[in-house]
This record gives sequence, structure tokens and C-alpha cells, in this order.
Amino acid sequence: MSKDYVHTLEVKNLIARYGERQVLSDVSMTVERGEVHVILGGSGCGKSTLLKHVIGLMKPAGGSVKLLGVDLVEADEPQRNAVLARIGMLFQGGALLNSLTIRENVALPIKERTGLPDDVIDEMVRMKLGLVSMLHAIDLTPPELSGGMKKRAALARAMATDPEILFADEPSAGLDPITAAELDALLLNLKSRFGMSLVVVTHELASIEAIADRVTMLDKGFVIASGPLQEVKKKDHPMVRAFFDRASEAESRGTSVLDALSKESRT
Amino acid sequence: MIALEGPLTYDRVVAARAVLDGSTDEGAVVRLDLGKVTEADSAGVALLALFARSAAAAGKSVEIVNASPELRRTLDLFPFPKPDAQKAPATGKRLENLGTATVEVAELILQFMVLAADTAWFIVLGVVQRRGIRWREVLYEMSAMGSRALSVVGLIAFLVGATMALQSAQQLRTFGANIFVVDLIGISMTRELGPLMAAIVVAGRSGSAVAAEIGTMVITEEIDALKTMGLHPTRFLVVPKLLAISVTQPLLTILANVAGIFGGFLVAVLYLDVGADTFLSRLEQTLMLKDVITGLVKSVIFAQLIVSVGAISGLRTKGGADAVGRSTTTAVVAGIFAVITADAVASLVFYF
Repeated sequence: MSKDYVHTLEVKNLIARYGERQVLSDVSMTVERGEVHVILGGSGCGKSTLLKHVIGLMKPAGGSVKLLGVDLVEADEPQRNAVLARIGMLFQGGALLNSLTIRENVALPIKERTGLPDDVIDEMVRMKLGLVSMLHAIDLTPPELSGGMKKRAALARAMATDPEILFADEPSAGLDPITAAELDALLLNLKSRFGMSLVVVTHELASIEAIADRVTMLDKGFVIASGPLQEVKKKDHPMVRAFFDRASEAESRGTSVLDALSKESRT
Repeated sequence: MIALEGPLTYDRVVAARAVLDGSTDEGAVVRLDLGKVTEADSAGVALLALFARSAAAAGKSVEIVNASPELRRTLDLFPFPKPDAQKAPATGKRLENLGTATVEVAELILQFMVLAADTAWFIVLGVVQRRGIRWREVLYEMSAMGSRALSVVGLIAFLVGATMALQSAQQLRTFGANIFVVDLIGISMTRELGPLMAAIVVAGRSGSAVAAEIGTMVITEEIDALKTMGLHPTRFLVVPKLLAISVTQPLLTILANVAGIFGGFLVAVLYLDVGADTFLSRLEQTLMLKDVITGLVKSVIFAQLIVSVGAISGLRTKGGADAVGRSTTTAVVAGIFAVITADAVASLVFYF
């Protein structure tokens, strides 16, 4: 496997549309080797769309995406598949296949991507499940697991083929703070042990503080801030302030019925 | 001493395994020289773990020599998992299985009876209190279960009628009894095939739809949400469907009757040389109102069965997306089975 690329991920002037509606406008970002890059922003700002473009699930309307040195827009099907074999993706709900056991779920990408003998695959599956402390649940099916366990099993599956870059879509969504913190710690641990890059989409402040090296912040499809977390936190952009200070809660609530009524009576 | 060389990665694992398996080391300690191994990934580490496991099973131990610090770090990354515990074989469970199955069937029958009682009660309550029945939903379901099935029911009944006339034509002609094709088609369509064909088509279309809708609502906790809000799922979901199908099913059956008889009519006129006038006057003589009514009564019974079976399969859904698929299959299979069984019983009851 060649590792001769400069940036793990390079997005240049990406434009995305759903029909007439432009969801991403001129988005550029880079992810370097071995860093944790957090894409953040409020709901509906285009985070998930960006992620889908980056892993080639959607075709951009403009701009380019270079993943592990390969231009996904120009690459043909075999090239794209070769790149996809070197990335891992942790989906929001885990996206484990319910009809398969955890063992079969984790073995699936290895079987698909390599021609290894069955006993080696099984050994790999158990190593990966050992990494996320899920070995005890190996023969259960996803509906029998709790939310946190599903995420850990999904993480084992995302790690199955030794990815060079791991994408995680809201890893802590729907988890309690303790489980979420554990998952964050696990992600960081795996990242530092295996030296892979990590791209995390999230809006959980605690999670961002815990894991981010650099962040890219989106609002309404535009990049409004990017850089090391500590620098971005000091920016004056109103959305950045709103996000990190949560001071604008009262503002964003808007006027209440009571406000409106009292205004009515005044005028 | 066994020596491996080169990268120990996905594409090299099979070759490396051949080296490991080909070696015959007699000592109690197998020495593994990794001095020339440049890198390893999880497949390579898994291979080494397997090797260590099989060596341990043979009463030997493995010693790694000459591994570079980087390689040692990689090997250290992965846990060495315990082998799977042997599963205890299941024995002597036949009686237990029989008991479980019996309880399950009893539960199913009870659930069916409760559903029937609930729907009857909610319909009476809805009519008396003049609220609680979602009439807009009833209209929507009538369009979904009835008018959208018009073309397929009509076409199938037409083909069945025509085919039946054609098949019997040969026999009837032998006896010069061509005219009796009218009796055959008229009575069998109205009493049996019209209601049955319409019900089978609707069981496939709407029984499955009911099960899939309710099943999906179960796994997304929407049914629990309804209960929490104080809405009875039967009242909210099943009653509108039952009311709708009770209206549309007899109408579809009438369509099936007409289409089937028309199919028979065409064959009789074009192929059996029965005149159009003769056909119609004979039909008037032989077809009793009782036959038609019997068929329509049966169609209402079938309709209740289709929706109830669909609703119960949906409500019994447990698990994920695959479970919804299973419920849908059950709804169609059990629905058609229930319809045909009911038809057999009804034929006995109305046989006079």
C-alpha cells in the first residue's frame, strides 16, 4: 500500500447541491496525517453532506476531493474502491447489519476486501473486538446490544481493515455523557496507537474539547472558521461565539407569546 | 528456527502461512526469527496469534527473536483474544419446545380475539359517541386498499373467468351442453372465485402493507408513543383500516364477479357459439340473488381476516428491519391461508 500523499484529505472549493438548493458553498479543508479533525456546526449546516462527499457516497457539483492522494471525482471505479478499502467509517446509528452477528458484521469488510483464509479472518475479528472490549458479545446480534455497545462494535467494524483514516459521524449522538466520554477516549486511544487520522463530525461541545486537534466550522454551507481548536474558540464571528459560549440561548429563543402580547398591549 | 521475511501484510499472509506450516521444529520452544520482517498489519498479527495458539495446543511455546522495535510495537497493539468457549449442546428440549409452541398458539388466538373485541367495541363507541373514528383516514385507506386494486382485481378475475370457460368448453361441447357454461361461470364466479380472487389479491397488496406499516411503527417505538399519549393503537390504526376494507372488499368482489362473467361471456360467444342474447337470458334464469349475496358476505369476512392477520403480524414484530420483512411475509401467507380456510368453512355453512 502506497502512502505517498501529502495531505490525508484535501477538499478544495467543494460545492454541493440538492436540486436547486446549494448545501455546500466553496468549502475547503485539509486533514493531515495523524491528526484529529473535527467538523462542527449546528444542525443542517451541511456537516453530514460534506462527509458523504468526502467518502465518495455523493458526487460534488463543483470542486475536488482528494482522499489519500487520490482525486475521488476523477478516479474510476477500481481506484475509488482501492481508496475506500483504506478508510473506515463509523456511521451515526452504527449501521450494523441486524440479521448478522457481531462476528459476521466485523468479518464482512475483511472478507469483501481481502482473500484471507477464514481462521485468520476470525482471529482478526476477535483482535478488533478485543480492542473495543466487545469480545463477550461476539455472537450476539445488534438488536441485543445497548447503544454504546453498538457504537463500539461498529467501531470495530470500521477498524477491521486497518484504515489510514477513520471518519465518525456524530459518534456520541444518543449516548449518555459517561458512555460518550468513554467512546471519545477509545477513539483517541486507537488513533494514537495506530497513528491514523480521525475526522469526526459532531456538535457535542464536551466531545470537541476532549478530542479535537483542529476544527473546521460550517454554517449554512460556508466555512466560517478553521484552524487549531484554541484559535477558533477565540474568533469573533457571531456563530462561533454562539456555539462556544451558548450565551445567545435567550436570543435564539425569539419572542414568546407573552412578549408579543405585552407589545400588542403597549402599541 | 523459522525465519519470515518481507512485509507481513494482507497480501503476504498466505505465503507466510505456507512458511510457518512447512517448518518442522522439534524443540519445545519454537524460535521465530522476525529480523527480516519490515512491517505488519492486523492480518499479519492475526497469523502470528494463530501460530502461537496452535503451538500452545501442541505443548510448545513460541519465542520471537530479532524483531525490530517498531514491529514489537505493532505486535503489542493488539490484544491476544481467548479462544471461543465451547458451547454446551442443547439436549432434551423437545417437550419444552412443544410447551412453548402451545403457549404461543394460545397467545396468538387470545390476541386475535382481543383485537376482534377491541375493534368491535371501538366502532360501536365511535358511532355512539360520534368521535374517535378518523374518517379522513378511512377514506384514505379506502383509496389505498380499494380503488388502487381495481385494475389488478378486474384483470385477474377476467382472465380466470375466460380461462375457466375455455377449459370447460371442450367437455361441454362433447355433450352438446354448451349452454351450461353460463351456469358454470355465473355460479362459480359469484359464489366462489370472485370473492376468493379479490381476497387473495388484497391479502397480497394490503395485508402486507398493513403488517409493514404497523411493524415499522413497532420497531421505531411509534406504537409505544401512541400508548403513552393515551391513544389505543387498535383504535388509531386498525379501526380505520377495518372500516375501509369492509366497504371496499364487497365492491371489489362485485367488480371481480362482473369481470369474470364478462370473460366467460366473451369465450362463450366467440368460441362456443352461444349467442349473446342466449347467454344473458340464461344468466338471468340461473343466477340467484342468493349466490351473489353469499359471495358478498364471504368477502366481508375475508376482509376482516386480511386486516386482522396483517395487524397482528405487525404488532408481533420484534427486532429490526429484517423482522419487518418477516412480519410482512407472515401476513401474506397467513392471510391467504385464513381466507381459504374461511372459504372452505363458509362453503359448508352456505351449502344448501
